[in-house]
Amino acid sequence: MAQLISEQEVAHVARLARLALSAEELELYTTQLASVLGHAGDIEALDIADVAPTAHPFPLSNVFREDELRPCLDRQEVLAQAPLVESDRFRIPRILSEAQ
Amino acid sequence: MSSPAGASPTGQGPVPAASLSGSCAMSASDIAAGVRSGELSALGVLEEHLSQVERWEPEVHAFNLVTADAARARAREVDAMVAKGKDPGPLAGVPVALKDLLCTRGVPTTCSSRILAGWRPPYDATVVKKVAEAGAVAVGKANMDEFAMGSSTEHSATGPTRNPHDLKRVPGGSSGGSAAAVAAGFSALALGSDTGGSIRQPAALCGVVGVKPTYGLVSRYGLVAFASSLDQIGPFGRSVADAALALDVISGHDELDSTSLPGDPPRAASRLGRGVEGLRVGVIAELAGAEGISPDVAAALDGAAQSLAASGAKVEEISVPSVRFGLSAYYMIAPAEASSNLARYDGVRYGFRSPGQDITEMYMATRSVGFGAEVKRRIMLGTYALSAGYYDAYYGKAQKVRTLIIRDFDSAYSSFDVLLAPTSPTVAFELGAKTADPLAMYLSDVCTIPSNLAGHPAMSVPFGKGECGLPIGVQVLAPALGEPVMFQVAEALEAAAPLGTGDPHGEEAK
Amino acid sequence: MSGPTDGAARDAGRGADWEMVIGLEVHCELRTATKLFCGCPNSFGDEPNVNVCPVCLGLPGSLPVLNKQAVEFALRIGAALHSLAQSSIFHRKNYFYPDMPKDFQISQYDVPINAGGWLELPSGKRIGIVRAHIEEDTGKTTHVGGGGRIHDAGYSLVDYNRAGVPLVEIVSEPDISSAEEAREYVEELRAILVATGASDGKMEEGSLRVDCNVSVKPLGSEELGTRCEIKNMNSLRSLGRAIAYEAARQAEVLSAGGRVTQETRHWDEAEGRTHSMRSKEEAFDYRYFPEPDLVTLAPSKEWVESVKANLGTMPAQLRRRVADAAGVPASSEAVSTVVRLGLEGLVGAAVDAKADAGLALRRLANEVAGELGDGGGHNLGREAFAHLVLMEQRGELTSAQARSVLKIMVAEGGQPEEVASRLGFKALGAGALEAVVEEVVAANPREWERYAGGDDKLTGFFIGKIKAATGGNADLKAASELLRSRRGAS
Ligand SMILES: [Zn+2]
Repeated sequence: MAQLISEQEVAHVARLARLALSAEELELYTTQLASVLGHAGDIEALDIADVAPTAHPFPLSNVFREDELRPCLDRQEVLAQAPLVESDRFRIPRILSEAQ
Repeated sequence: MSSPAGASPTGQGPVPAASLSGSCAMSASDIAAGVRSGELSALGVLEEHLSQVERWEPEVHAFNLVTADAARARAREVDAMVAKGKDPGPLAGVPVALKDLLCTRGVPTTCSSRILAGWRPPYDATVVKKVAEAGAVAVGKANMDEFAMGSSTEHSATGPTRNPHDLKRVPGGSSGGSAAAVAAGFSALALGSDTGGSIRQPAALCGVVGVKPTYGLVSRYGLVAFASSLDQIGPFGRSVADAALALDVISGHDELDSTSLPGDPPRAASRLGRGVEGLRVGVIAELAGAEGISPDVAAALDGAAQSLAASGAKVEEISVPSVRFGLSAYYMIAPAEASSNLARYDGVRYGFRSPGQDITEMYMATRSVGFGAEVKRRIMLGTYALSAGYYDAYYGKAQKVRTLIIRDFDSAYSSFDVLLAPTSPTVAFELGAKTADPLAMYLSDVCTIPSNLAGHPAMSVPFGKGECGLPIGVQVLAPALGEPVMFQVAEALEAAAPLGTGDPHGEEAK
Repeated sequence: MSGPTDGAARDAGRGADWEMVIGLEVHCELRTATKLFCGCPNSFGDEPNVNVCPVCLGLPGSLPVLNKQAVEFALRIGAALHSLAQSSIFHRKNYFYPDMPKDFQISQYDVPINAGGWLELPSGKRIGIVRAHIEEDTGKTTHVGGGGRIHDAGYSLVDYNRAGVPLVEIVSEPDISSAEEAREYVEELRAILVATGASDGKMEEGSLRVDCNVSVKPLGSEELGTRCEIKNMNSLRSLGRAIAYEAARQAEVLSAGGRVTQETRHWDEAEGRTHSMRSKEEAFDYRYFPEPDLVTLAPSKEWVESVKANLGTMPAQLRRRVADAAGVPASSEAVSTVVRLGLEGLVGAAVDAKADAGLALRRLANEVAGELGDGGGHNLGREAFAHLVLMEQRGELTSAQARSVLKIMVAEGGQPEEVASRLGFKALGAGALEAVVEEVVAANPREWERYAGGDDKLTGFFIGKIKAATGGNADLKAASELLRSRRGAS
């Protein structure tokens, strides 16, 4: 059976998901993902072009809240959870030119 | 089974952690009744449970955190209310275990993941509030597969939970800690979450009752999301009546959850005690005969069907053809949603951070160290299923399969009140048996997944014992908001279950 | 590559060989009290990280619930842009960025609440609208070290007060063909957004943010060129500069036989050029999928109708009304100036007082607009202004006098008679002026003979004499009118 997903694709997906993989992990995950995708071959083969997709079990609509203020969290409590804080903001390493 | 005193502290050999006595053997409704009437003290009940925890938790590891001090304070409050003539509520003094993905204000909530190490949510989940307002006493945060991804509770950063019926075996998962806590008498009730079977499968493997309610019946606010369109919180209990009591406490509309169903929820307990005479019960052919269903499980399902027929129900086999595709659809939809839900664990605002020279390095270091292998696997699978060029083939197609499954169920429910299926293809397996083969592990969920995809309720009831004397669960499925009839049938199965089974006290206690 | 200079950019961008194709994406912050999916305040300029809760911080377990008022505003914007309000859903747009607490943005994707539509520029040209959809805003990142520039910063700090503020993104068709037209479009859109009550229109506070897609193609060509998206323009001026620069850059690339790469570019205001935003190759793959935590947004017909019925008058309608009253074309600059500055009510006042609306329009578009500059208030009362127009019309004040009085009224308010007398302006009625003209003609018969014979150079001579004779209180236009008619009669 042809490999359903290549190591390059797994590496690309890992990068999109911000996961660093070692060479061994890359190989292992490629095999494992291929096996799961292989199992999913049964639905790939289904001819259901005319069936509408279900994104949600029940077709609810128009659930709103009124535009009313609710209490915010205490800033100290919020910032206390952060790995690094400076000037009441969350401190992060520099953002390189790669934007997204 | 032998007594706890004879158990090996190293977890070797047959150890009946599930041998219960005192209030640890009592039903939640009896505890609540006793506490409300003043015959029992909530603190006394709690202390008995805490000593059971003390004795067996090192073997079972049902909890990531036991909140003994907070529980004692809460139990005293409950007792004080009773002393003042106030009613603490329907769960007065009932010890409850909370799966460690339910947010608890100021109390660490880790989802059994390193990435949430040290995180203390600044708010309570709606269900946490509801059980507290009903008088329950939370005893701790129950272990689970990391971010609810798994069927054995082996994928936990704090180590695996062991099955109280056999410590060499898994309790199932992902809510394995919750199921084990109830089976081991650490708590009378537990809350878990079920995305593809994560309540029902561990309930079956631990010999307790586990319920996945209709999607939207219980608020998800404060439930750390795995797959948002499938996740649903539900209860564990040692009896059908207890599970109904707990579900009726936690169900109901919540304005903080847009997917919460409007209107008054059906009462799970409303049809208990009515018997099943005249009810139409369909046994799902595709699941009863699915590949991998072991003979003991198949026999238990047959026995269950026969017992219902003997009680006057009309039982027939029914085909729900598209459930065969449930597993494939699920393993596209759930990882896809998870890949998005778990993006936020990036080391910026809370939880674990691993340093990096720039933001992307930090993200990658944090997530690679913070997440376990199974979580990474599913994030990648889901990212792939959503990515450009594959959306239609995988995610899009899986959503269409969902439509087919809903159609087939609707058609089945035009002729039947409830459906019957196995819960787990096998009894509890040994630790490590499936960790190397993700697909084999995924196949554990083949019978439970269809209800999540359809948003319908389903529950597992212990029915007999199988291989090695281990518990087997039978699954009752019902249409949306069909909880009353589902519990009605589950109660009949509970009553008809072969003696000494479905009852974690073990045969000696009888 | 090195970019052309700003001046060269303008030349090349407007050169004869290339034409610009521009589409704009305008993000408009809605003036709700609370955020899009939670009850935190939607307010600008607070201390960092005070307006946050589990939902807008994206804490595990939190869930969004849609703000009804945000939908109301979105519907108003759609109605004002002649869009179709439709049943819609939300999607997740997945990418990692520290100003997004969930590392995805909840946005509408292929089924937006407002589809299609158009906007009419003051010139009368219609710009097509693709969509106007709802989405959530991001937090704000401050770069520390390296002069605050993102690439050189040592580290960054994040404030999530703005995270989750409701936005409507208005996407235009690529119907815009010059930097000037892009500015007109944004000005008109801003006026519309303010008129709907959905926005405060403050570009400087970031309430209105503009990204643009620019491409160039050979003049007259049907085929669209490869476009670049430009971000980070924070004023109308930088929008214009960025478009001119970018079009010129692309034209230069193409003229040299190169190819334009489809990419996002960052406008650097100080350097006056755009930079490519990404150095590493990573395809954009936002992995959109329906947001499972939200349900369908399907505004009822009644709601949509009531929004339409209660929508205030939009700028284009105002312009038409003003133009009709003043008897000028709706596309005239005076009309758009008056409407842009919100002075159309004063034209209405003139109409109500049966004053000359055309004169009122001219005074507003010239003197009043000149005093107000780009904004700011005035103290003109409706009746006072109308009365001033009447006084000028009747010759009770000369135009010069009327203009002086008007400037004072803009700044201080007051009644025109009172201001005029404070300035020592006397009313010089038509009869009195005629008498002065007769006097001056009689006193200068030789000059009159030459003037009557057709020597127009003497007009100035007579006007000067009349001005001197009246102490500057004469309506000089009326005076030259009198001179001309006296010549015709003689
Ligand atoms: Zn908030």
